[in-house]
This record gives sequence, C-alpha cells and structure tokens, in this order.
Amino acid sequence: MNLNTVTEVKRPSSADEITGWRDGYAWLAGGTWLFSTPQIATDTLIDLQSLHWPALEASIRGLDIAATCTIAELDGFEAPAAWTAAPLLPMCCRSLLASFKIWNAATVGGNICMSLPAGSMISLTASLEGVYILWPRDGKPRAVKAVDFVTGNHMNVLQPGELLRNIHLPATALSKRFAFRRSSLTHLGRSAVIVIGTQTAGSDDLLLTVTAATARPMQIHFDHVSTTAKLRHAIDAHICDADYFDDVHGSAAYKRHLTYYYAEQIRAELRQGAVT
Amino acid sequence: MNCTVNGKLISAEPAPGQCLRTFLRGLGFFGVKKGCDQGDCGACTVHIDGKPFHSCLVPAFRAAGQEITTIEGLARDGRLHPMQQAFLDAQAFQCGFCTAGMIMTAATFDEQAHQDLPRMLKGNLCRCTGYHSIDDALHGVVNVEEEDGGGDACGKSLRNPFAQSIVTGQARYTLDVAMEGALHLKVLRSPHPHARIKSIGRDKALAVPGVVAVFTWEDVPRKLYSTATHEDHLVDPDDTYMLDNVVRFVGQRVAAVVAETEGAAEEACRLLEVEYELLPAVFDPEAAMEPGAPILHDKGMASRGNIYVDIHGEIGSVEQGFKEADAIHEMSYSTSRVQHVHLETHGSLAWRGEDGRLHVRTSSQAPFIAKQKLCYLFGLFDRDVHVFTERIGGGFGGKQEMISEDLCALATLKTGRPVMWEFTRAEQFIGATTRHPMTTHVKLGAKKDGTLTALQVRVVSNTGAYGGHGGETLAAALSSPIAAYRCVNKKADGYAVYTNMMPAGGFRGYGASQTTFAIECAVDDLAKLLGVGPFEIRRKNMIRKTDRIESIWKDPSDAIFGSYGLDQCLDLVEKALASGRGLPKPKGEEWLEGTGIALAMLESGPPTEHRSGAEMRLMPDGSYHVAVGSTEMGNGSTTSHRQLVASVLHTRAGSIAIINGDTDLTPYDTGTFASTGTVVAGHAVELTAIALRDNITDFARRHFGCEAADCRLQDDAIICANRKVSLAELYAAGTKEGHRFEVRRKAYLSPRSVGFNVQGVRVAVHRATGEIATLQSVHAADIGRLINPMQCRGQLDGAIAMGFGWALYEKMVYDDQGAMVNPALRDYRIPAFADVPRSELYFADTYDSVGPLGAKAQGECAINAVAPAIANAVANATGVRFADLPLTPDRIFERLSLDKLSARS
Repeated sequence: MNLNTVTEVKRPSSADEITGWRDGYAWLAGGTWLFSTPQIATDTLIDLQSLHWPALEASIRGLDIAATCTIAELDGFEAPAAWTAAPLLPMCCRSLLASFKIWNAATVGGNICMSLPAGSMISLTASLEGVYILWPRDGKPRAVKAVDFVTGNHMNVLQPGELLRNIHLPATALSKRFAFRRSSLTHLGRSAVIVIGTQTAGSDDLLLTVTAATARPMQIHFDHVSTTAKLRHAIDAHICDADYFDDVHGSAAYKRHLTYYYAEQIRAELRQGAVT
Repeated sequence: MNCTVNGKLISAEPAPGQCLRTFLRGLGFFGVKKGCDQGDCGACTVHIDGKPFHSCLVPAFRAAGQEITTIEGLARDGRLHPMQQAFLDAQAFQCGFCTAGMIMTAATFDEQAHQDLPRMLKGNLCRCTGYHSIDDALHGVVNVEEEDGGGDACGKSLRNPFAQSIVTGQARYTLDVAMEGALHLKVLRSPHPHARIKSIGRDKALAVPGVVAVFTWEDVPRKLYSTATHEDHLVDPDDTYMLDNVVRFVGQRVAAVVAETEGAAEEACRLLEVEYELLPAVFDPEAAMEPGAPILHDKGMASRGNIYVDIHGEIGSVEQGFKEADAIHEMSYSTSRVQHVHLETHGSLAWRGEDGRLHVRTSSQAPFIAKQKLCYLFGLFDRDVHVFTERIGGGFGGKQEMISEDLCALATLKTGRPVMWEFTRAEQFIGATTRHPMTTHVKLGAKKDGTLTALQVRVVSNTGAYGGHGGETLAAALSSPIAAYRCVNKKADGYAVYTNMMPAGGFRGYGASQTTFAIECAVDDLAKLLGVGPFEIRRKNMIRKTDRIESIWKDPSDAIFGSYGLDQCLDLVEKALASGRGLPKPKGEEWLEGTGIALAMLESGPPTEHRSGAEMRLMPDGSYHVAVGSTEMGNGSTTSHRQLVASVLHTRAGSIAIINGDTDLTPYDTGTFASTGTVVAGHAVELTAIALRDNITDFARRHFGCEAADCRLQDDAIICANRKVSLAELYAAGTKEGHRFEVRRKAYLSPRSVGFNVQGVRVAVHRATGEIATLQSVHAADIGRLINPMQCRGQLDGAIAMGFGWALYEKMVYDDQGAMVNPALRDYRIPAFADVPRSELYFADTYDSVGPLGAKAQGECAINAVAPAIANAVANATGVRFADLPLTPDRIFERLSLDKLSARS
C-alpha cells in the first residue's frame, strides 16, 4: 500500500552515511512488511538495497547471509554436500506464510527483524546456532546469538537505528543431523509451531529449538538424546505456560501440546542413528 | 524515474512512499487490481524483469530502470499468452477480479511449479470459483462449449461474454476509471463500541494542504434510514444516520474528509479532534436482552429493549409432540461471524455531469435501490440521479448495502467535485457488514424408528449495532431449514438483537445457513441417539413432493414445488460416498475417519417483494440488444440471460448484446441478491424475449401476409412459410412502415419454487494435532434445468469452498471492547487453493415449472449444507460434537483432550 506519510527516501551507498538517527526513520529491506500495513510514524525510508551487500557467502567457516539476502536467494542456495542440515534452508523458507512471489522481495534480515513468533528465518538461524552481526549507529559492530535476538512478539534487542548486517551459520551446525516438525491451522498457513532438533554427527546430543509456538525462540541442549520423561521435564523447566504465544493462528494450549508432541517425535527420530 | 511498462518507456516520478500498484494504476494500467493492498491476495501481481511480484508491496521507486509487465502487456502481437488462453478455455473465473493476478502468477510457472500448485498458488486468493476451474485451467482442461447453431444455447456451457476482457485485464471494475480532478474520501472510524460525540474539532484537519472539506454528523441530512437494500424499505429498520453523533460499534463512521490526495485525507482524519462521552456497551445478544442492558436505539418501544425483531410461530403442539417422543435431543449450536471478502472492496465514484445530474458509479448489487435511498437522503428528484455499475468484483450479499455511495454523493453535492472512495481491506472487516452470528437451540423429539414428533428451535441472532437484514435473515432462519422436515408439531422463537458489534448484513445463505447448520447437526445427533443412520433419518422425515411447504406459520405461503429432487440428491450423495472414491484414510492410528451429510432446502427467491424488468430491441444489423436491470458480479447472470434469450429467439447467444445495472439505461430491478439473477431477472428476460419474438413474427405475418403459425425465427433470419428473410432486411422493412421492434416486460416472483442441496463429506481427523483432512467431498444439487452447466458447477464449487472456509477457518475475532483482532487476510483466512478439496458434483434431473426454462435459483443454497456435513463428519470420526464454528485444529485438540475419545477409531 502507499505509505502516504513518507516524504523522503534515502539511498545511501554506505550505512555510515546515515547519521543522526531519529524517530520517523525506517530501514527498508524488501519492503514486504513495511508496505503491507500503514506506517504512520515513518516519514523517511532508508534503502538497504543500494548498499549492494553480497547475498550469500559460503566458506569453510560456514554460511554468511546478508540481511538483505532475499528469501528466494536463500531458497535457491546450493549447499556443499557436507552441510547435512542445509535442507532446513528451503524447509524454513516454505514455513513462511508468504508465497514464493513475496520471496522475490522479502529478505532474511527483514523476517528476523520483524521478530514475529512465526518468523521462520528466526527458526532457521536459531536452530543452526547462528550469530547475528549488528551495526549500531554509533559504536562498533556487535555479535548476538540468534537465539537471544528476539525478546518477545515483535520485539528484539535492536537499538534505534541499529542495523542487522549479517547472519553467520557455523559450518559445525550446518553439518549436523536434523529433524523438523511444523504445523499450521490451515494448509500452508502461518506456522503455529516449528520444532527443530539438531544433532552433532557421531554423537547423541540434541539441540532442540522451539519457535512459532513461543513468542521468542526457546532452545534446550541435551548432552545425550534422553528419554521421553526427561525430555518432557526439560521442556517443563525451560518453557513456562506464559511463554506460549496465543493468537488467531493457534491457542497457547494447542501450541504447548504440539511442542511436546513434536519434540518427542524429534527425540525419537534423532535417537535412531545416534552414535552413543 | 524511467522504467518500461509493457514494452513502453515511461518517465514519471512516484511519490516517496508510493507502491508500484498505485503507480501503475495512475498510469492507466487498471488491470493491476487491489484486493487487499497488503500482499496477501495476489490480485496486483505484475512481472518485474520477468519475475512475479505483489506490486502493492514494491516501493515504486525501485521500478527505476526495470522492465514491468502487467496483464495488459502479457499478450504479444495480438496473441493471448497460453495462460490467458487456458483461463479463457476453462473459464477459470467468475467475477474475474482476481484473474489478472492469477494469470500473471501462473504465467511464470515451469513444469516443477505445476507439480506443486497448492504452494505456488498460496499467494493468490479467489473467493468465487473454489479454485476448481482454476485448477482446470492449469491442467489445460477446456470447459467452455461452442454453439452449434441458433436455438441450442440453453444447456450449453457457453463462455462468458466478457471473458476476453477479463483475461486481458481490460474489463473495467468499479474504480478502474480515471476521473480528472477527483477528490479522495476517507473516513475516521470510531475506536469505541458505544459513545456520544461531544465535539469534533476540525481546524487542524482543514489546515492539511489539499484538504477540501470535512463532514461530520452536523453536515449531513438528519434522516434515519437503513443501509440495507430491499424492494420493500419497511423490512429494514430506519435506525441509521449517514453520520451520527452516537457511535454504536468500533469502526462506525465518525467523520468524512475529502482531499486532493488520499494521503491528505488520511492525515486530516488523524488530526480530527473528537471528544467522546463513553457509554456502556454490550456485545453478546443474550446479555443485550437482559433487563438493564445498555440500550442502543431508543425507538419509543422501551419494553423491547435491544430486541429489534422477534418472530414466533407454532404448528401443531410441540408440547404434545415431546410427550409422544421416545427420545429427545436438545443442544445449542452456534455459528461464527464471518465476512464476505469479495475481492473487490466497496467503492464508489460520484460526480456532477454536464447535464447537472448526480452520477454515481458504484460496486453495488442493487443500484436502483441505492438511487432511491440517495434521492430520499438528499431530497433529490428521481430524474436528477443516475446510479450504475459496470463490472463488480464479487458481492455474496455484502453489496446489498448502501455504504459507500452516500458519502461520495454528499461530498460531490457539497463541493461540486468528483469524489471517489475505495474501502481498504481493513475497512471491509471493521466497517462493512458480516454474516449474522446466530445461536440456535434445537430440541427434537422422535419415535424409536426416527420419526420426528416435535421440532423446536430458539434462534438468537446478533444483528450488531444496526438492524439492516436483521428481520429478513431471522425470518429466513426460521423458514426453509425447518420446512425441510415434515413434522406435525413445530415451533420456533427467534430474536434479532442489537449489540455494540459491527452490523451484520446479507450474506449468501441469508440466515438459512445458520439454522441449517444447527438443525442438520441436531438431526445427526438424534440419529446417533436412536441408532438410526443419517440417510435413513433424513429420508424418513424429509419433506416430500406431495407435502405442504410449511415451517412454523399457519398462514398460506407462496412457496411451492415447481419441481422436487431432494430424493435424487440424497441417492446421488449416498452412492458417491459408497463408491470408495476419494483419498484413503492417511496411515497411522492417530487418524480417525468419519463421514457426514447434511441437506438443505432453500426457497428459489426471497419472500419479500422483488421485481425486475428488461428491454429488448432488434438492431438494424439483425442482432439483438438486451437491457436488464440486474447486476453482474461474477454470478454469471449475463451469460445465462443471453442463453435464455437465444433459446427463445432461436438464435446464437453471440448475436445478443446485453447491458445491465444502470438506472439510466436499463429498466428497474430490485437488485441481484436472494438468488434472483435467474428466477426474477432471468424471468423478465425470458418474458421480454418471448414478447420480442411475438413482435417480430407478428410484423412478419402482416408484412408477408402469412399465418403466424408459419413464421419462426432461425438464427439471424425469419422463416415465413417458404420464404427466408434476414432480420436485417426485416428490420429495414419494418422501420420503413413505422414498426418498432422493441419490447419491455417486467417480472415478479410469486409463486416461488424450492431448490435442494445435499453435501457429503468424508474426513480424517488427527487426534493429536486436530488436523482435519478432507478425503472426499460430494455435492448434489436440485436446481432444475441447468441453463449453463459450467456456470452452475462454478456456483456450486464456489459456495462449497465458502462453506469449507466457514466450517474450518474463518472467524472474526474481537477483543473485550468489541474491536476486531484480525482485520487482514493474513489473519482472517479465507480458503486458498490448498484448502479446498475437489468436490464431486451431481445434479438432480428436474425441470422446474416456475423458473425460466425449467431453471431454479442456485446462487446461495449450496453453501448451507456444507458446514453441517463437515461438522457431522468430524462428530462421526471423533465421537465428539463440535457445536460451534469454525472447527480449527486448536479447538479440535482442546475438546479431544478434554472429552475422552470414544472407543471407536
């Protein structure tokens, strides 16, 4: 929709050109959220496309994803065979409510910074132990763990004007085994719950990441794939009832139920083939 | 900024925050539609450098240097793109509003995409078709038939006359026009459910550059009226002011601003300083009926409180009937508040013509009634107002309402300028109308063998803050769904109650849907109690063709059996469900399988007054011209009217031009609602065609001196005895002698026939996730003769899909202050391609003695049987009755985790 309160678009060639951040400024990535709802508090859009950050850079250290990388680019990424968890990339793209057409514009960083519970780029990067590089307007870049970035529904650690620059997914995480479960109240609809388990190759550990069901990502690490009872106990200990997110895309009780249900399936799946 | 649009270099500067959609429309590319303006519906899809984008989400400045293709540019060198041709051949549209976006999306599909249509089409919503015909188009299925020769049009799947313009983006919907100097109207809506407006400060708003005027309750005619449109104005209460100093629901119009730009009008709305005195509010109709509840409307009938209307009736004695019963089932069933979500939002454009008259171009199902209301409100003479429609992007009853024309007309009359107003999608959800939520308490008594001894219902309908359609939907709720069952003792009490909620209005099925849900669920529950099968209990108790059609009133009725096919419908559905077709139950013991059916009866047209007129002319070239007052909103009435005419005149539908919905150019029509497109307007068209046939043959008889019996029309000629003369020649001869080949006829609906629908569903319910998978969907309809089978199937498919949405997904959710929580398509889910199963469709073999050429009404009734059939299937699968809608997985889970699953699985 038209953002009729916007009176200026800045198209910097470097983020450093944006100084004196004030209310009314908004970073514009793909625009698929900004242009989808009135933004009456915004008068200036600052275009990130003009920064021309390379979308994806794979190295032996892992995968670096620019915040401005589109979902379509991420979905099309051809990962090295050693990255056994790489199928999570397209799976998490497909967990978005947005259609493939939106993917042509929407960005990975945009989805993360929106910080909605169902933001599946958060699910992806949290489960793959991602680290975000944030660029404050003043001061040095800082690194934040993906799992710590979102603090609640539509809330995160970004300071005013602070920019998400890069998402690093370490090769160690990308090389893990994984199991994935998701559901939605409607076919291909907004995620009600996404549970992802990963396991270091040649071990029997388990990193369980719960998103969509909870307002912020929840992660539980197990040194060893444990029993059903221990898993339940660990979820009980880590996620309290108030953490489950209640909205029109699913009741909190339902999301809680599915979290246990899928976590158990993931535990069972990863236990098979685990090296003890 | 320079860019290329459809191969043409464009140089133009967008506003900083402008999206590509409005930029392209500003350049005249009206094929780029607005369904939601939020990236959810896909109607605005365009290609940028060959890739599809939702243009409403693309910042216009990013088009710089890009190559953009819109639907208007998809055809190359005069040849349609193969996807346009496919949509044309499958007729993969009804209103056609989503079609441009659908085609632009599908045109980018490769082979792999074709294998994954549910996912690839999830960003394109269609509310009319149920996606069946779209799926056909994507599989190269040809649904349209060609005419063989004059006189065989009826019963053929002829293509929509506007098909070519729809698939090329040329069809003009309501606001697809450029109007020089038009002002934009925006309204400020109430944030409070009930408040008195103490003052509205407008200085700051008026100071916004570009703002021309602000209108509040002090600026409008202080005349009460109803926004609902009916022939008989007295069936709706005059309880509404155009702008009022009391607001009664969150979203009610408080003030209107007109400005040179939408942005200025929006800014001014935000700057209006409204001082409210908050009043107590009530949202639940039962609470609203309690003594001491806040009263919404003081109409001098204090004893009635918030009850707008109550309806009661009894035949026989239910008291006696329950005494005679071996078993009694009693339960309350309720339906949710849902919105029509026609893809084209409400909107109007008003201006003063050079003739000095007020012209209103609008998206209305009832332009003639809208005109009457405008004349009344503004004290204008009938001849000084012109209201018309061109092409409407869906209605479903939502546009049986005058909610945009009035303020545009006001602003035009006050400023002298053209004024346009286009609802946002959010405004559709908070400021239009909805289906009436109803709670129906059903009590059934029966003998051991299932024979009903008593049928009693109590219906409480939440009509919201205003009562338009409240009485008529309540009457409909108490009529056909009860009449569908033969029982000597029937009783009903109904209440339509004012609350501080958004007003409900007309919606496909119109009250009957709600009680059909309740009664069909209750009949199944009774059958289970008695150990009788669902088909058996219905066959035992359903209305038969020798029965009187009788609900709860002793008065005589004009509903009759022009034909009867309910027995056939039940047989067809039973056979189809027993066939073993459809999907198998998914593997795994957590899946429970169940089957459900429901029947529905609906009178073929409304009980209230409804009339329609048509005019026909033979043209100098021997072709025909029809003007009919009904509107075309995707219901296909234009196509079927042409076929009716072609059948009567023994000609080809292709030689008939047709116009509709224009108070200047066509005869009066009450409106296209209540399933009247075929049975009233179509009847007028049929009568007119017969009159023109007689007019032509009468002249020919006199001119050639032969017997009337020897004269007959054939294609574009008339055969008189052994002479064949072209109609063009006859026209010339007649005109020379002063004969006029033109006629006009009117139709009125009485008696009314009845149609039937039976839906069958087999589902699997996952006991852990609550997911419902539809394994088979079967529908049988008794709608008389099929004038255009493809369109009839399309109407059924669309109604079934809407029924699935109502049953499984859609719900308007409110906070405790009556504000809607989910007023966007991403949060209020209408069925997408992936959500709708392909239904098996069957038709009873009937020919109606009332409707035109044997046809009955069909626009609405198919939806009524769908939700109860699904609910019955879920009850059958799980052993648990879900008595309210929608059946979302979280609600299924919550109930299943409480009620222990029955032993069956």
